[in-house]
Amino acid sequence: MRILAMIKRIITEMLRDKRTLALIFLAPLVILSLFYFMFQSNDNETAVLGVRNVDAALVKNLKNKQLKLQKVKSSKQAKELIKQYDYAGILSQKNEKLTLTLQNSDQNKSARIKQSLQLAQIKLRGKTASAQIKKQMKLIRQLSRQLGSDDNHGFAQKNAITYTTETHYVYGSSNSTFFDTLLPIMIGFVVFFFVFLISGISLLRERTSGTLNRLLATPIKRSELISGYLLGFGIFALCQTVIIVLFSIYVFNIQILGSIWNVLLINILLALTALTIGLFVSSFASSEFQMVQFIPLIVIPQIFFSGIIPVSQMAKPLQIFARFMPLYYGGHSLSEVIEKGAGLSKISLNLGILAIFIIFFLILNQLVLRRYRNV
Amino acid sequence: MSTVIKASNLVQGYGKTIVLKQVNLEIKKGEILALIGPSGSGKTTLINSIMGMINPQKGEVTLLDTRMPNRKILSNIGFMAQTDALYWTMTARENLAFFGIMQGVPKKQLKKRISYAAAVVNLEPSLNKQVQYFSGGMKRRLSLAIALVADPQILILDEPTVGIDPELRQQIWKELHHLASEGKTILLTTHVMNDAWEADNLFLIRKGEAIAQGTPRTLIKKYEVQTIEEVFLKAGRLQDAHTSND
Ligand SMILES: Nc1ncnc2c1ncn2[C@@H]1O[C@H](COP(=O)(O)OP(=O)(O)OP(=O)(O)O)[C@@H](O)[C@H]1O
Ligand SMILES: [Mg+2]
Repeated sequence: MRILAMIKRIITEMLRDKRTLALIFLAPLVILSLFYFMFQSNDNETAVLGVRNVDAALVKNLKNKQLKLQKVKSSKQAKELIKQYDYAGILSQKNEKLTLTLQNSDQNKSARIKQSLQLAQIKLRGKTASAQIKKQMKLIRQLSRQLGSDDNHGFAQKNAITYTTETHYVYGSSNSTFFDTLLPIMIGFVVFFFVFLISGISLLRERTSGTLNRLLATPIKRSELISGYLLGFGIFALCQTVIIVLFSIYVFNIQILGSIWNVLLINILLALTALTIGLFVSSFASSEFQMVQFIPLIVIPQIFFSGIIPVSQMAKPLQIFARFMPLYYGGHSLSEVIEKGAGLSKISLNLGILAIFIIFFLILNQLVLRRYRNV
Repeated sequence: MSTVIKASNLVQGYGKTIVLKQVNLEIKKGEILALIGPSGSGKTTLINSIMGMINPQKGEVTLLDTRMPNRKILSNIGFMAQTDALYWTMTARENLAFFGIMQGVPKKQLKKRISYAAAVVNLEPSLNKQVQYFSGGMKRRLSLAIALVADPQILILDEPTVGIDPELRQQIWKELHHLASEGKTILLTTHVMNDAWEADNLFLIRKGEAIAQGTPRTLIKKYEVQTIEEVFLKAGRLQDAHTSND
């Protein structure tokens, strides 16, 4: 009964606070969109690819509207050439081995070059195949005319060359941050950030306006108070998560390889973690300004460990540090589900750890409320 | 008559600063007691200790024979804090309903209780207005209504008459006397000397010490003065003389 009244009150207050409502539901979309456009900006710029000793047939098929080819004679290292002439990449051939070196400062260009190269090889194979079919037709005709004659030499001949490709990167690596790679993590981060901020500030307001003290002068249990908060804000966090995920699917056309329910589940757990941490931290702030001061301390470091930078490449102490970041578990789980199609069993450990975070901070909140009333 | 509120040898403070020194207080069922004292004398501290919002440093507080702090007892107390603690974006009715439910008013009675509480403080016309559009006095009245909404056994009111006009003040006092006659126990603090005359008993507090207590009439007689104000001044001088003797 009391919990229900708490939930109802939180929802009523929130719905009447239009600005906060907009902050919860629109700001994340604005941030994600901004992010989207940042990575889409120079999509139409042509990339220049230097080619060295590459088969003419392949070069011919490589050409397309957004890819300009430049013959390179110099025997300098590919890296040097890229730095000197600002090529988006250099493609060199030695026998049947292709070596692709990519500048990779603009991942769109890198992606386009890799795509074009693959496409060219497919086209090439297709053309040789059709040429061969023509040839074989001719042979069959000949064969039917002069049966018995030994003219087999055309068959195995002139197979398409299957190139092996090796790719090098001047900057970054193959799993450099594409929008598609980043988006799952950004979703988790945005959910975490806004839930943290709004729940924290809202409990803070309750404290500074005296209503928290007043509330604790009623026979409400501390656990009821916290449950009310958790559920009341949980509802908003849920709506926010659903909106962000749907927006990502329909506007950014993000491909979710795994189950969308798992994506929602991860985000809900992240939101609840943010909620409990926000409530906890707010008891150490005495004004909204002080609450905002916790953002660089608690929220920003989480980004670094959320999977944007591969944690496995960090120094050992940092790797240990990462284990204390809820977003480390949330971000990685989201990447696993969205990009690699991981199932529930694969992320269950991460989800379990998030649940531990939630329970841990719930207990802390319960203890902190003792400062206001110790029964 | 049974004792409802009792503080014995209560020492209270914040951190190392001592605010209340050895306070003894007893309020019987159906009694109205007014705490009177200058600003900073420790009235609010005493009230918060009685509510169990702060643990006594020494001594003890019992309400209805239960030692405070105790959560369950709080459902029998209608509390009005000195500073208004209201939800600004909610209407007066929503505030009343919310705190009513928190105090444990059954849903069926809620509507009736809200009408009653609003009537006592003349807030019926503004029940559906958001608190952020209230005047200071209206907020005080709503806080008082919230204290009344659950029909509690005990009323603890910190400065209930601040910002309330004389006419309404009279109406409120009439209701408080009515509640006391029904057996409700009322503890309130005030700066207004007229309020003192309405109370059954006075508890004069200065620098965290009880300097005098008794009915208004006996106090005036005892200190051989005309007004409560003079009782206060005289008792204060005696307190200073006493402490400088130590
Ligand atoms: N939360 C607190 N922390 C530290 N000291 C406090 C706190 N609240 C009150 N005090 C101190 O305790 C003393 C008594 O304060 P209290 O609020 O009880 O006075 P009061 O009699 O209610 O005054 P007023 O009539 O102005 O409301 C004051 O000296 C005050 O500075
Ligand atoms: Mg006070």
